[in-house]
Amino acid sequence: MKLLLRVAPGIVRKPLIASVILETGALVNIERASIDAVSGEIVLDVSQEKCRQVKDALERLGVDVILLEIPVIRDDSECVHCGACVAICPTGTFHFEDWRVVGEPGRCVQCGACVTACPHRALRLVLK
Amino acid sequence: MAEKTLSEVNERIRDGSVRVVTAEEMPSIVDELGPAGAVREVDVVTTGTFGAMCSSGLFLNLGHSDPPIKIGRAWLNKVEAYGGVAAVDLFLGATQPSIDRGIEYGGAHVMEDLVSGKAIEVEAEGVGTDCYPQLGLETTLRLEDFNQATMVNPRNAYQRYNAATNSSQRTIHTYMGTLLPRMGNVHYSGAGVLNPISNDPSFQYIGMGVRIFLAGSQGYIIGSGTQHNPQAGFATLMVTGDLKQMDRRFLRAATFTRYGPSLYLGIGVPIPILNERLALSTAVRDRDIEVPVVDYGVPRRDRPSMAKVNYEQLKSGMVRIGRQEVATSSLSSLLMAREVAATLKGSIEKGEFVLTQPVAPLSLAGSARPMKQTKEFPYVEDVMSREVVSVTEDISVAEAAQAIIKSKFDHLPVVNSAGVLCGIITTWDISKAVADGTISQVSQIMTRNVFSTTPDQPIELAARTLDTHSISALPVVDQDGRVIGMLSSNHLSRLFAGRRPR
Repeated sequence: MKLLLRVAPGIVRKPLIASVILETGALVNIERASIDAVSGEIVLDVSQEKCRQVKDALERLGVDVILLEIPVIRDDSECVHCGACVAICPTGTFHFEDWRVVGEPGRCVQCGACVTACPHRALRLVLK
Repeated sequence: MAEKTLSEVNERIRDGSVRVVTAEEMPSIVDELGPAGAVREVDVVTTGTFGAMCSSGLFLNLGHSDPPIKIGRAWLNKVEAYGGVAAVDLFLGATQPSIDRGIEYGGAHVMEDLVSGKAIEVEAEGVGTDCYPQLGLETTLRLEDFNQATMVNPRNAYQRYNAATNSSQRTIHTYMGTLLPRMGNVHYSGAGVLNPISNDPSFQYIGMGVRIFLAGSQGYIIGSGTQHNPQAGFATLMVTGDLKQMDRRFLRAATFTRYGPSLYLGIGVPIPILNERLALSTAVRDRDIEVPVVDYGVPRRDRPSMAKVNYEQLKSGMVRIGRQEVATSSLSSLLMAREVAATLKGSIEKGEFVLTQPVAPLSLAGSARPMKQTKEFPYVEDVMSREVVSVTEDISVAEAAQAIIKSKFDHLPVVNSAGVLCGIITTWDISKAVADGTISQVSQIMTRNVFSTTPDQPIELAARTLDTHSISALPVVDQDGRVIGMLSSNHLSRLFAGRRPR
């Protein structure tokens, strides 16, 4: 399961993820992180069993946590199933099924590479 | 030898007994029945392609205004259309960007909006003559308000297209989509087995006057397209059709990031199986159609080819380039190409689409020569400075400051022990380090992701690198990455000032 963490300015310098790992014992994978002086946006991959626990622990520390259930939003009236999103996705979210582009939930890390690559402007990130 | 005539085929279309298959079904039919059996069994093979066709455009006739206007310049939803064709005829190109939304909305988008029934804002500037006194006008038009909306596309339906990869260190955005660095992906375009010309590469049927499926309408082949190069396997078609009869499903505007607008079009050509040669040529398979994988990381006309692959390999999702396995994906839609071929098949079976006799075959010899460039342009080595001071990363900020004072540039390339470029520092970096007070080593302040150029690069390309990345100097490196010169924006301004007429 993928969690999108939005970290507010007040707590961005704290060792949030380390604390949560120690507390929950969960093995997390940081899929994407962009952190600057004032805030941060991090995508974590956590096993299904530990997901709830990690989410709760982060929220107790004041992190805004969103479960990423749908990969990206696709406008079916624009998509022509060309495949410009397939090979450029770093996590393999899209693949062809009988030449129809299919998105797999749970893989997307909200990097946005497919959004700019889509010639038909059919893709949109869930949270933007 | 099994044979039939086009009139016999059309007779079967009219009486409903015609047997049509798509180009995907044909190879196994010919395998099973042999060419003679396939001629007896199949009357028409339908092909289809659906992809970006940049070289597309639209002639529009607006009708005469009162007072009348001779249009000099005109914009449709802020997209300029060419007005130098009589008084109220315009030519709108698919790749023309708009003046307000840039490349996110262009000529192709105007076409899609028209086909979708949307209203278009028209602005026109008049030339002003005794017979056409009006100097300007604005009006709102829908597709039905134009007298004619005739699509005339100079180059469509390429027989095949080079696959694209990128060996450079940076992601590039091209008309072949986003290409990841270090050959991170391969993009290809074209329908392979379904491609119209690949099913009749010697133009036994395809020719001028052949009726085709063009974005839902019944269009025609005008002749061979621009850059038609059948000798090399890159034949093209020039086609025409009535926009008023087209369907948005098969006509879709697109924008390639940092490239521009383009038009995705669905084109299908019916091929009558009149003889065994046509049966054999329509039995072509994906694996029979080869293309080079071309390196778009090299921003020159003659881009190197990294590998030869066929459409079967491309469609498998993975190709091999040297020792590297690279993921592929298409940019044209195979799903839609199939739909084009299937829709055309349906119209023929229903008797709605009758085949025409070509009036002339396409030329078997074309021309796609490079441009003859008569005005010489300089290369980096013609303007760069060869006296360049470079430093190693183990020196202190103070030493770097000394070096930069002695240098002619406010950029200092940083090299490793072999003289190979590994970073750059600027006077600004040094000022920041001094202001900070805690930084002492060059290695702490240098930019490691450094842009560079080579002596044999045209100056235009180096200028583009400076401009795209908002930087003011580029180290010039040789084949081994060793610094041999510097090119700064000052060189460019001097060059420009020197070349301007006084």
